[in-house]
Amino acid sequence: MTDTLPGAAIPNPLDEAAITAAVEAAVAAIAAASSLEELKAVRLAHTGEKSPLSLANREIGGLAKEHKAAAGKLMGASRGRVNQALAARTAELEAENDARILVEETVDVTAAPRRRRAGARHPLSTLQDRVADIFVGMGWEIAEGPEVESEWFNFDALNFKPDHPAREMQDTFFVEPPEAHLLMRTHTSPVQVRSMLEREVPIYVLCPGKVFRTDELDATHTPVFHQFEGLAIDKNLSMADLRGTLEHFARQMFGEEASIRLRPNYFPFTEPSAELDIWHPGAKGGPRWIEWGGCGMVNPNVLRAAGIDPEEYSGFAFGMGIERTLMFRNEVSDMRDMIEGDVRFSEHFGMEI
Amino acid sequence: MRIPLSWLREFAQVPADATAEDVMADLVKVGFEEEAVHRPTDALKGPIVVGQVLSLVKEPQSNGKTINWCQVRVVPEGQEQTLTGKGIDPSGVQGIVCGAHNFVEGDKVVVTLPGAVLPGDFHISARKTYGHMSAGMIASVRELGIGEDHDGILVLSRIGLDPEIGSDAMELLGLYDQAAEINVTPDRGYAFSIRGVAREYAHATGTSFTDPASLVKAPAELSGGYGVKLNDEAPIYGKPGCDRFVARTVRGVDATRPTPQWMVSRLRLAGIRSISLPVDISNYVMLELGQPNHCYDLDKLSGDIVVRRAAAGEKLLTLDGKERTLDAEDLLITDDSGAIGIAGVMGGANTEVSDSTTNILVEAAHFDEVSIARARRRHKLPSEASKRFERGVDWNLANVAAQRVVDLLVELAGGTADEAGTDVGTAPETVTIELPAGFAAARIGIDFTPEQITGCLEDLGASVETTDTGYRVTAPSWRQDLETKEDLSEEVARLVGYENIPSTLPVAPPGRGLTRAQQQKRRAVQALADAGLTEVLSYPFVSKAANDTFGVAAEGAERSAIKLANPISEEQGFLRTSVLPGLIEVARRNLSRGFRDLALYEAGLVFLPEGTLGTESIPPLGAKPEAAVLDGLFDGVPHQPLHIAALMCGHDSPAAAGHAPRPWDWADAIDAARLLGDVLGVELVVSQGSHQAFHPGRAAQLALRSGEVVGYAGELHPKLLAAHDMPARSVAMELDADALFDTAADVIVAKHISGFPVATQDVALVVPQDVPADAVLAALREGAGELLEDVALFDVYVGKGIEDGKKSLAFGLRFRANDRTLTADEASEAREAAVAVAAERFGAVQR
Repeated sequence: MTDTLPGAAIPNPLDEAAITAAVEAAVAAIAAASSLEELKAVRLAHTGEKSPLSLANREIGGLAKEHKAAAGKLMGASRGRVNQALAARTAELEAENDARILVEETVDVTAAPRRRRAGARHPLSTLQDRVADIFVGMGWEIAEGPEVESEWFNFDALNFKPDHPAREMQDTFFVEPPEAHLLMRTHTSPVQVRSMLEREVPIYVLCPGKVFRTDELDATHTPVFHQFEGLAIDKNLSMADLRGTLEHFARQMFGEEASIRLRPNYFPFTEPSAELDIWHPGAKGGPRWIEWGGCGMVNPNVLRAAGIDPEEYSGFAFGMGIERTLMFRNEVSDMRDMIEGDVRFSEHFGMEI
Repeated sequence: MRIPLSWLREFAQVPADATAEDVMADLVKVGFEEEAVHRPTDALKGPIVVGQVLSLVKEPQSNGKTINWCQVRVVPEGQEQTLTGKGIDPSGVQGIVCGAHNFVEGDKVVVTLPGAVLPGDFHISARKTYGHMSAGMIASVRELGIGEDHDGILVLSRIGLDPEIGSDAMELLGLYDQAAEINVTPDRGYAFSIRGVAREYAHATGTSFTDPASLVKAPAELSGGYGVKLNDEAPIYGKPGCDRFVARTVRGVDATRPTPQWMVSRLRLAGIRSISLPVDISNYVMLELGQPNHCYDLDKLSGDIVVRRAAAGEKLLTLDGKERTLDAEDLLITDDSGAIGIAGVMGGANTEVSDSTTNILVEAAHFDEVSIARARRRHKLPSEASKRFERGVDWNLANVAAQRVVDLLVELAGGTADEAGTDVGTAPETVTIELPAGFAAARIGIDFTPEQITGCLEDLGASVETTDTGYRVTAPSWRQDLETKEDLSEEVARLVGYENIPSTLPVAPPGRGLTRAQQQKRRAVQALADAGLTEVLSYPFVSKAANDTFGVAAEGAERSAIKLANPISEEQGFLRTSVLPGLIEVARRNLSRGFRDLALYEAGLVFLPEGTLGTESIPPLGAKPEAAVLDGLFDGVPHQPLHIAALMCGHDSPAAAGHAPRPWDWADAIDAARLLGDVLGVELVVSQGSHQAFHPGRAAQLALRSGEVVGYAGELHPKLLAAHDMPARSVAMELDADALFDTAADVIVAKHISGFPVATQDVALVVPQDVPADAVLAALREGAGELLEDVALFDVYVGKGIEDGKKSLAFGLRFRANDRTLTADEASEAREAAVAVAAERFGAVQR
């Protein structure tokens, strides 16, 4: 029995040596298959209808009855070995194939495109939110008011005498016709009066918003800018409370090393009045005092305008510019950058300040 | 206010080596902000000496000019030149080429020697010019930075000087002095004087002060002088326009005498140009004491002086050479000839002193602040005098200042003062202020001692009387701004020093946090940034045309807007009724800077005039208006809702390898609006809209469920884009955010979540082209009943297989029940019910 090659002769299903040789040829061929395609060809050659093992198996039917069991057992075990080898090799090759595909799918992650444009907030708007949050954290509330305002709220209620130079220094935009006594608010202070009229004492409010002066736009001026105004009305408030509040706020904005300085000044709506300087440890060009805003104890005439008895209550108020704050906090050197709407300005800040 | 230090030193203890900066650092502590330093030596360096022209040879040049080749002696004859340096002749005589011709041999002049530096960083050196070695320059006042005159060089004899040759010309001209410029707040008129600032300097430094007014020997009473009548028949707020008028006469003055250099240089440092001796004296006294005053040519006056209001239409030629038509409210100084001055603002030209004046009438008066402020505003005549009167002048000063002017006219101009003089008027009532004992301490937070309180107030010049309950204070006559106990508290705090105020942090009562609308605004503004848009801010000033185009007012309605009375530019004289014009301007600026792909948004107020605009009058200060008056004030303020608008052009994202950006289109604009609806929890009803700023076929009207229109979105009108040089197909949206905030539910009621399986059914419906998809969707929703969980349009098809004029809309329907698994039949039944409504309503046919 030398001729056991496929197709050459049909092995005898009782010839154990021949069958084993066929099995070993199949197992060797399976092991040698290097791809799923090759393995498929091997499978057809060694387990297909024309393969020696299949043909030998078919011979069992023609055997004498007493030989059938032995032949069946031999053929079953032999074909089982081949199928096992096939299954094992298939799993191996599939795993290799999967791994190869993953390798082939490698991309250059550094070349990932930005599919979505990154949006941005305007830093003046973000900064207003930041300021508001600090005061809300202190239990204060946020108050708002109109930008076109009655002259009474903007001036008279704030103790600006009708012919006093202080009134003119505000460079006011008036609304046509002037006899209607409407103007664009020159400061956020009218919201003080509105708050006092609308709320019950004690009052602790912060009023951020846009204000208007007839200045031409240049590196340090703009006709439209933003302020935030604080107002506290309670029993027994003093300038020490004003200083404490401003100090706390300054530290939240500029860090624990920040401190403030008050200098005498004049505003019609506060008496005493003070100019507020902040010690800015991180200022460009070294730590220094920077003029930040105005403040003082609410003038009794302002309390009277809102129907609050100045003998019973006192209060303090302060006001700062948002642009100015942004300029020295974030080193913006030209006012126009904040005004012109160049997308690079907002986009540089993103969602933060 | 500019303070020459040499002047300040006369009345305050300013250290000899103090600079203007040092003085400002002291003054800031008592409330005067630093403005600037004026110091000639910052731009001017010697050697600059007095020289005498020994010889002068005129040499015509080929360019047509004639130059003078001068030999100038800069060291007294017989003495040696002690200066050394390149170009300095040891002989003491410098050869100098000079182009000016206003001098002759023997004149004494100012010589800037080699090594000197003049303003403009002009270095003087010996250099070859016109064939000579010119070693220095004979200077003009302009070259020295002390005047404008450039007609020729400064000939010292013409300004009354005959100094020694070789002496320091900078010293001679007062150029080593310096001035501190400070800002004076409008309540402190008294500080517009050396007198006031010297007193404040003493407060700031704790040093002594000499009141310049106390150095003037003025007679206690005046009589028999020039006739003056105060005749104000129309006082403003019941206050007479003039409550004191002092007139003095000085005869035989020589108005042509040069003003002494010490006076010229102080005036110059204070910012006032030397005009003539009488005028310089008048200005000098005003700066020193704070009392504006005026010199009339006595011989040009006719009859008594009468201070009265103008007759309407009356005219006056003022000192500045302009003829002014006077207003009935103007307070005038008049004589028999009519107006000779607008009181406290500017004198008239006809009675002006001139070189030929020999007899002078000096006026020092006290005028009402309001009267002067109004006249100054009316005539747009801000003068040194009006600035002081508007802020308040010491009533007691008139007599003193007049005497000081008289004294100087006698001393410097060779006049003789008349014994007689005029002083008419009524002193204001003395006001006392009650300062309760603990008040200043409670208001300031410093535990002041009684000594501190009385000490500070007396330092100010107030008189203080201690009472059972505190202090009775009479403010000094120059501090009319002190009226209340709060004013006095500030003064005490100011003098003790604001730096001594302690720090306490008051605790506010529990707050309510941000209001709902404030939170909503933040969410909306943040959402657009999160969606990739860039927030910008634009000015609210727009043209009428922009408002007409973008205003949201209904078609055909009169589009009105608020107009500014004094806009920065007449072009943009209106307040915006829409945020979009500002966004377009910002977009154009970015486009011009090379940014083609833009997605911008802004949240800001718009101004909608509705109802009554403003109020006819406004209530007085210091009192709460009656309820009806307050309501009027509130109602008169126009409606100013918050609008949020967005504008997109170009592509939605940056182009990159492996990524094709998509052009922004009309649907993106609608999507941005819907995003705002989503984050605010408000459903926006989108329908085909019509708005003049938008493409007629690509504009969505955005409304609330109630039907209220709250905005528009879509593609901007091609013509409008072309007119604004904007890229084609730019898209935009604008929403009334306040309307959205008002609609959002306060409490959202939870919905039952069913765990049963979903049954999905698709349906394609053929409808006429003009039927909006959204309407078909609504019909399906209505017909499907409560088993319908969701329905969405997933395809729109027009073309082969669909009749002309029709379109096929494909919807996906999701059904689910709360209590059972739906059978296929139940789902189909619901779908058929949905289709039935669409069929009935729009003739929809299932494909």
